[in-house]
Amino acid sequence: MAAQEVQPSETIAKLKSESEALKTKLEEERAKLHDVELHQVAEKVDPLGQFVMKTRRTLKGHGNKVLCMDWCKDKRRIVSSSQDGKVIVWDAFTTNKEHAVTMPCTWVMACAYAPSGCAVACGGLDNKCSVYPLSLDKNENLAAKKKSVAMHTNYLSACSFTNSDMQILTSSGDGTCALWDVESGQLLQSFHGHAADVLCLDLAPSETGNTFVSGGCDKKANVWDMRSGQCIQSFETHESDINSVRYYPSGDAFASGSDDATCRLYDLRADREVAIYSKESIIFGASSVDFSLSGRLLFGGYNDYTINVWDVLKGTRVSILFGHENRVSTLRVSPDGTAFCSGSWDHTLRVWA
Amino acid sequence: MPVINVEDMTDLDKAKMEVTQLKTEVKLERAKVSKCCEEITEYIQSGADEDPLVKGIPEEKNPFKEKGGCVIC
Repeated sequence: MAAQEVQPSETIAKLKSESEALKTKLEEERAKLHDVELHQVAEKVDPLGQFVMKTRRTLKGHGNKVLCMDWCKDKRRIVSSSQDGKVIVWDAFTTNKEHAVTMPCTWVMACAYAPSGCAVACGGLDNKCSVYPLSLDKNENLAAKKKSVAMHTNYLSACSFTNSDMQILTSSGDGTCALWDVESGQLLQSFHGHAADVLCLDLAPSETGNTFVSGGCDKKANVWDMRSGQCIQSFETHESDINSVRYYPSGDAFASGSDDATCRLYDLRADREVAIYSKESIIFGASSVDFSLSGRLLFGGYNDYTINVWDVLKGTRVSILFGHENRVSTLRVSPDGTAFCSGSWDHTLRVWA
Repeated sequence: MPVINVEDMTDLDKAKMEVTQLKTEVKLERAKVSKCCEEITEYIQSGADEDPLVKGIPEEKNPFKEKGGCVIC
């Protein structure tokens, strides 16, 4: 052992007890303002009526598990990625495939549509995030124009363009998130704080400013300042990996879905969890969550092949949707809120309305 | 390329990172939960009428509800 590392185990023990003391203080501060539960405040709100949501389109074409999907701002195109290494762009109205790219790796865990609708980003086991400009010429080989943007030291778990096609935010199995310039591939900012793989991220709605939330295998959800790289707030109430995080439409809260079979709502101004969406009968992990347009409904895709629809205010489940024949791995509501799309290990995507 | 791979971090580094982070978080200004929940409730109620998946929209208006194109009888 090097001479300058004087009793390292003692220092770690000291830091850990300091950590515990700070966590207790943090909980005390949060508890001082915890005067009510969300569902109590929501008692005066009218309950929701019966829901009739059905599969309206089934997108077939992937040769293996669908891992990720994203909507185009035009509210009709969808990009999806799969374990088979393929990334497909679909017209969800007609179910036609418009583009297909074969990645050099399998397990393409992340994909995203550019705000302009002119490009898609994707990555996975290749540890990279690459951008493919979408050509109007169907015969053009998209792979030839591929641009490698992000480089991590472990798998890419999620990616998202920021407000423009010029910057991409990524999260990785290497425990970090990072912001990249698409044109140059330059690393603009990196975000360190998770103690294990980061599995998901979501950008705050643009009106709320430059923050994003990430969730990881360390059971933490972290809120970050994009400019400084600082972690502003951190939430650790889940009992297992956080697979999905999604901002609430106003930007003042976010939801998470976890392997602990619950979804939770965290209010950023109260700095605490304000609702938990769970049932004793739901024992499989939630892989993916998203809000309806107003934020009244929370859709959760689960590993037991179902989609549960939750009343965000009252904390109750209003509907359970069957259809997929394997795990639901990804779920997003369309940009204008008229439908939502789910992707599954059963190789298909379904559009529900 | 991000300089840190979390697998390479020592336990000491992780512990230091956690303490520094917690010190920042303890100082955060917080609002009362009741106030925040009221605001969430108001926000949702003001938008609920425009939320297609909550209110439902007529079959003719939703592009996903009917498959477009010709019907061959």
